[in-house]
Amino acid sequence: MPHVLTRSLDRSATVFLIVVAAFGVLIPLSNLLLPSGSFFQVPTYLVALFGKYVCYAILALAIDLIWGYCGILSLGHGAFFALGGYAMGMYLMRQIGSRGVYGNPILPDFMVFLNYPKLPWYWYGFDMFWFAALMVLLVPGLLAFCFGWLAFRSRVTGVYLSIITQAMTYALLLAFFRNDFGFGGNNGLTDFKDILGFNVQAETTRAALFALSCLALIIGFLICRAVVTSKLGKVLIAIRDAESRTRFLGYRVESYKLFVFTLSACMAGVAGALYVPQVGIINPGEFAPGNSIEAVIWVAVGGRGTLIGAALGAIVVNYAKTVFTSGPLAPYWLFMLGALFILVTLLLPRGIIGTFNAWWEPWKAQRMSANAESAAREDGISEPNPAE
Amino acid sequence: MLTNVFRNFRALPFVILLIFATVLPALAGPFEDAVAKFANDEFSDTEEAVDVLATSDNPLAFSIVSALQDGRLMADPDTKKVYVTQPDGKSIDALTGAPVASVPDSAAAVRLNNKLRRHVEAALGSLTLQSPDPAKRVQAAQSVFKTHDDAMLPAIDSALAKETNKAAKAAFNEARAAILLFKEDATDAEKLEAIATIKARGDQEALALLTGLTGDQPPAVARAAANATSAIQSNLALWSMVQNAWYGLSLGSVLLLAAIGLAITFGVMGVINMAHGEMVMIGAYVTFVVQQTIRTSYPGLFDYSLLFAVPLAFIVAGAVGILIERTIIRFLYGRPLETLLATWGLSLVLQQAVRTMFGPTNQEVGNPSWMSGAFEIGQITITYNRLWILCFTLAVFVILLAMLRYTALGLEMRAVTQNRRMAASMGIATSRVDALTFGLGSGIAGIAGVALSQIDNVSPNLGQSYIIDSFMVVVFGGVGNLWGTLVGAFTLGIANKFLEPVAGAVLAKIAILVLIILFIQKRPRGLFALKGRAVEA
Repeated sequence: MPHVLTRSLDRSATVFLIVVAAFGVLIPLSNLLLPSGSFFQVPTYLVALFGKYVCYAILALAIDLIWGYCGILSLGHGAFFALGGYAMGMYLMRQIGSRGVYGNPILPDFMVFLNYPKLPWYWYGFDMFWFAALMVLLVPGLLAFCFGWLAFRSRVTGVYLSIITQAMTYALLLAFFRNDFGFGGNNGLTDFKDILGFNVQAETTRAALFALSCLALIIGFLICRAVVTSKLGKVLIAIRDAESRTRFLGYRVESYKLFVFTLSACMAGVAGALYVPQVGIINPGEFAPGNSIEAVIWVAVGGRGTLIGAALGAIVVNYAKTVFTSGPLAPYWLFMLGALFILVTLLLPRGIIGTFNAWWEPWKAQRMSANAESAAREDGISEPNPAE
Repeated sequence: MLTNVFRNFRALPFVILLIFATVLPALAGPFEDAVAKFANDEFSDTEEAVDVLATSDNPLAFSIVSALQDGRLMADPDTKKVYVTQPDGKSIDALTGAPVASVPDSAAAVRLNNKLRRHVEAALGSLTLQSPDPAKRVQAAQSVFKTHDDAMLPAIDSALAKETNKAAKAAFNEARAAILLFKEDATDAEKLEAIATIKARGDQEALALLTGLTGDQPPAVARAAANATSAIQSNLALWSMVQNAWYGLSLGSVLLLAAIGLAITFGVMGVINMAHGEMVMIGAYVTFVVQQTIRTSYPGLFDYSLLFAVPLAFIVAGAVGILIERTIIRFLYGRPLETLLATWGLSLVLQQAVRTMFGPTNQEVGNPSWMSGAFEIGQITITYNRLWILCFTLAVFVILLAMLRYTALGLEMRAVTQNRRMAASMGIATSRVDALTFGLGSGIAGIAGVALSQIDNVSPNLGQSYIIDSFMVVVFGGVGNLWGTLVGAFTLGIANKFLEPVAGAVLAKIAILVLIILFIQKRPRGLFALKGRAVEA
């Protein structure tokens, strides 16, 4: 496999990985080892907040993989994120055991409250971590597979697909709001105690979860890079730029799309699963169509079709959101977000990284060609052009 | 002055004579007798008095007994005079109905106990049977129908004999039938006739009455009752179908109204306008502002408020639409996914702007008098506002269709839809047509907002709740075809309302969404797809 690594790691990707890894190590260490109050100590609440951003970054990666490289604009990726979150939430609920308000060793509190006679069958197995972890991948993956199989095979594309994915997450939103659906209705799942025997509230657990999220981001990034730099990735880009032509060339467009859509859904599920223990709650609000569209704008801000941009966009936009919504500017946040949607699509269609690359690449190429004619040709795969 | 007279002993016989002279004519009939008994404030006397009043023809009887029920009947034990304090605080003399300045301090409210209260209620029931207002008589007869109390039979019979109003007469007949059906000593013939009458009524209450019949009936009666029950049941099932269909039509009209503007912008222009719902919201807020202005300045015009609101909403929403097209959407033609994101951002901005201007809470928009109320057909109730909205929607649809077909702008729009470059080379200013088309779609969304303000909460989130549904309608019906939108809206509305009783409101909605998702697999371009070269742009 070494050639896969060398192929997928160009210089910017390496820098990105090193930065993420550094944060993943330094932030938990600073939080745990340095005395509290020290200038360099990162407070625990910030660790949880950064952990949340990293999860969003993984979700943004997943969206960028399908939108930036395959032209599938999913407005329902929040649903896969939330499903992964629910799978993890169910595990965490089962770990509460008899420490709940009603002290029932099997049934979570909300089931006791709603007079469930026994555990519904789809809650079986979630007391085991490996099963829950499997479900985190399997449930979003399966839904995406079935959905994609139906949609891509009948050639539902473009805005139609976007609208149907939105309808999908909307339908799930309505379903999860129901009490008799068995997932805690309106209130969702919360009041978690333990994860793998460690207290979820403890500083060490939070630090570990943050480090794990960074690790997941690194792995997710590597997988995405491996996909987009492979031959498969080239076909995906071909599909994005001219779907019919790719089909006429003899590629099974549906299979490629289905593969990348399912992979992306699994990644979103993992992001959700890491998000839930750090935030401490999962409720049907995560299925709201607005959330999914917001995730799309992170990618657009960072630059679609760049992967690094997607992760960066998620972190930048969410940091701005935190700053705005916690201060006196709170009423203006929606103006800001709305303006971001409009201005980015109108003025910055390539996003931050894409625009930066558009300036950087020619300059670099010029310098390279000055140095050696041949070096420019081996410059690896240039970033795909996001314009349709 | 009276004390002076009393002091003068010789004047006493004269005074007594005077009192008798005034009281005696009052003692002339049973009504006057009965009223006087209230002054004793004995439960037994009060009971007798109430029973007498119940059958009395005196127009004051009703207000006396209802005053007694509410504790507003005042009796003075010294002078034996009885007063009714009316709900507005003024008092009248119970005997004559003449207004009195004030009730003497010595007067106290006539007391009641539980046994008496039942008597009072029964008396009120039979007194309302004689109320001058036919609607009240019908209401009283309905309550007798439900209680089918034997004791009411004479009152019903006498009321029936005098009744001239057709509706009230029918109601009395039904009440009489209900009593006879449950009367122990009624003959079989009477009971069979009663069952026939109740069967003819045929509603939920008639069904409840028949199923409440005890088992020890003669076989003929029991058989007739069973037949009537099943006949009513199948009749009710039919009516509930009709009702579902009506609710479906009503929901469909709302969906159509919300989606029709979208059908133009999305269908004709291929532009995804996620801010479409906000155009609807703007229309609703225009209605609110118009009504506020009318309330404060010209309250007499309130009934016409919607007539002002419709054109204003069209102009305001249309202008906003044209502004959006010129400043944002124009630059994004051919990039549908980006258009989607930009207009979503726009919808956030518009929502927040309205929230900042008008506050996040619901605003009150009133129904004009000609839109409030309801009428009944058979077993279903139809509210006027829903009916008006259905008519209004169809009118908007027809006007729009005519506009597309017969006006120059319509011709240009169709030309641009079918082949933009060809239209441009024929000298059509396509960018002007684009702006006007987008303005038209937005303006119609604004009109939809006026109608929806009549049945929904006017809040900044109004548009959000319609956007997904409207997209579903357009996608289901087929893009670029107004008839598809019409059929799609009514199909979805009716399907939703027929699923609701079976699956519940939320599950019905989920089922519809899933069905649409599956339907799109079968026909990716909707019910009425455009055929030919226009399909693959």
